[in-house]
Amino acid sequence: MRFLGYTLANEAETPAAPPSPELYERMGRFVEEATKAGVIVATGGIAPTSEGARISLKGGEYTVVDGPFAEAKELVGGWALMECRDLPEAVEWSKRFLGVLGEGEVRVRPVSG
Amino acid sequence: MAAADSTAAIEAAYRVEFPRVVAVLASFTGDIGLAEELAQDALVDALRQWRHDGIPRNPGAWLTTVGKRKAIDAFRRDRVSADKYSRIARELQTLSPVDTDDPALGVVSSDEINDDRLRLIFVACHPVLAVPARVALTLRLVGGLTVPEIARAYVVPEATIAQRIVRAKRTIARAGVPFEVPVGEDRLTRLGAVLEVIYLVFNEGYSATGGEDWVRPELCGEALRLGRVLSGLMPDEAEVYGLVALMELQASRLRARVGPTGAPVLLLDQDRRMWDRLHIGRGEAALARADELASPRGPYALQAAIAACHARSFRPEETDWKEIVALYTELARVMPSPIVELNRAVAVSRASGPAEALAMVDVLVAAGALDRYHLLYSVRGDLLDQLGRHGEAAVEFERAAALATNGQERALMAERARASRALLAGEPHRTVGG
Repeated sequence: MRFLGYTLANEAETPAAPPSPELYERMGRFVEEATKAGVIVATGGIAPTSEGARISLKGGEYTVVDGPFAEAKELVGGWALMECRDLPEAVEWSKRFLGVLGEGEVRVRPVSG
Repeated sequence: MAAADSTAAIEAAYRVEFPRVVAVLASFTGDIGLAEELAQDALVDALRQWRHDGIPRNPGAWLTTVGKRKAIDAFRRDRVSADKYSRIARELQTLSPVDTDDPALGVVSSDEINDDRLRLIFVACHPVLAVPARVALTLRLVGGLTVPEIARAYVVPEATIAQRIVRAKRTIARAGVPFEVPVGEDRLTRLGAVLEVIYLVFNEGYSATGGEDWVRPELCGEALRLGRVLSGLMPDEAEVYGLVALMELQASRLRARVGPTGAPVLLLDQDRRMWDRLHIGRGEAALARADELASPRGPYALQAAIAACHARSFRPEETDWKEIVALYTELARVMPSPIVELNRAVAVSRASGPAEALAMVDVLVAAGALDRYHLLYSVRGDLLDQLGRHGEAAVEFERAAALATNGQERALMAERARASRALLAGEPHRTVGG
């Protein structure tokens, strides 16, 4: 089964500073370990909404608005596509990832296609 | 009670750690059977303690510590079987003195864990074991599947798998198989044995030999996982990447291979929009890596290259059959076998027409090596149909149906026989499924 895991935070409260080199290294090692275990399929960071855009179609008309978009909680930080036997396994790996970060919130959902 | 402490969460953590813990304990004790028992004993302790204290930060180290302690205690109690524990004895001499309370007991560097994992894979796939024993032992100790899971996957009774694993461990112990990664001349043959086991698991999931389901995606998933783990442990081995590439590319077609009623859908009839592009991407990447590492291509890389030819064609008409024939010809050179020849004949029929292919198949029939292989007859039947010889085609499909061991395949062959008879009678015939 495939799962998408992503970290959430309140973008307004999250500091814009990038992770420390030490954290990057810890994350890198985790990604390597999870990839070697055959679990991580793809992974990456995600830029703040200020660098993105919001596109909608309604009544035949497109509206494009540059970021930032304000929402209660944003996909902030990163995402990972994982291949796990079941949800408990995906949860277990997400916990390990959070362990590397030290704190935070990860959501994980099955994906298909 | 917090969700973190539930049985499901504990079992999930254990499951993730089991292959590594078993590998480290196998290296520690020199005995894979003992390692498995110790890991299972550690689980019992974990279920008790983690429910109370929560899952520890490093569950693998916790389980390894407990396992090693139990091993050391057993060794101290049971000095008579010093042989069995000779590795521990050696380690105990170097660890001075062994403080079984030392939490670092279970902390093993990831390099050491990787070395131990690789050793375990080679031992589990040792040629002294019959192939079914290698498969069961590998799935259990390297894949971490439970006996019921393995039994379900292979549609055999649990007792059969359990016995197979018990006997395999005994054989390994009696043969004195050393817990090490083979080097020198032996290495290539031994690696071949490992790749064979992994691919067998994959194939059982891709094209089941028993039961009523045509595919078993969970088995393909397990094999892919084993392959990826192996490529992480042996990053310079071209054929490991070749195998991973082959499995990824074949796995990309899993959803398209089965029709809505469970009937098999053959490659050229598949809806290619259902081919999984993520698997295709990774397959291509693995093949590229294999090609970087070695030239000319080995058998797995060649088969992957053939699968890639299909993967790159968005429509069956776009398939480069000449390239596929060339690849099969090369494959026949490095890995001559009647099955490769049969597959080559199919490719030739697409590139040059059924008559030439039928001549090749008739040579195989005369040689007799495939006379119990159902696909020989279904290929021959298909070629005869293409040549308008429908009565003969029906006979071939009936033979194929009689020899097929999988329920879905049998039904497909029977349906082809009916279709051929209908064509013979000049009736228009609608194909079922697809």
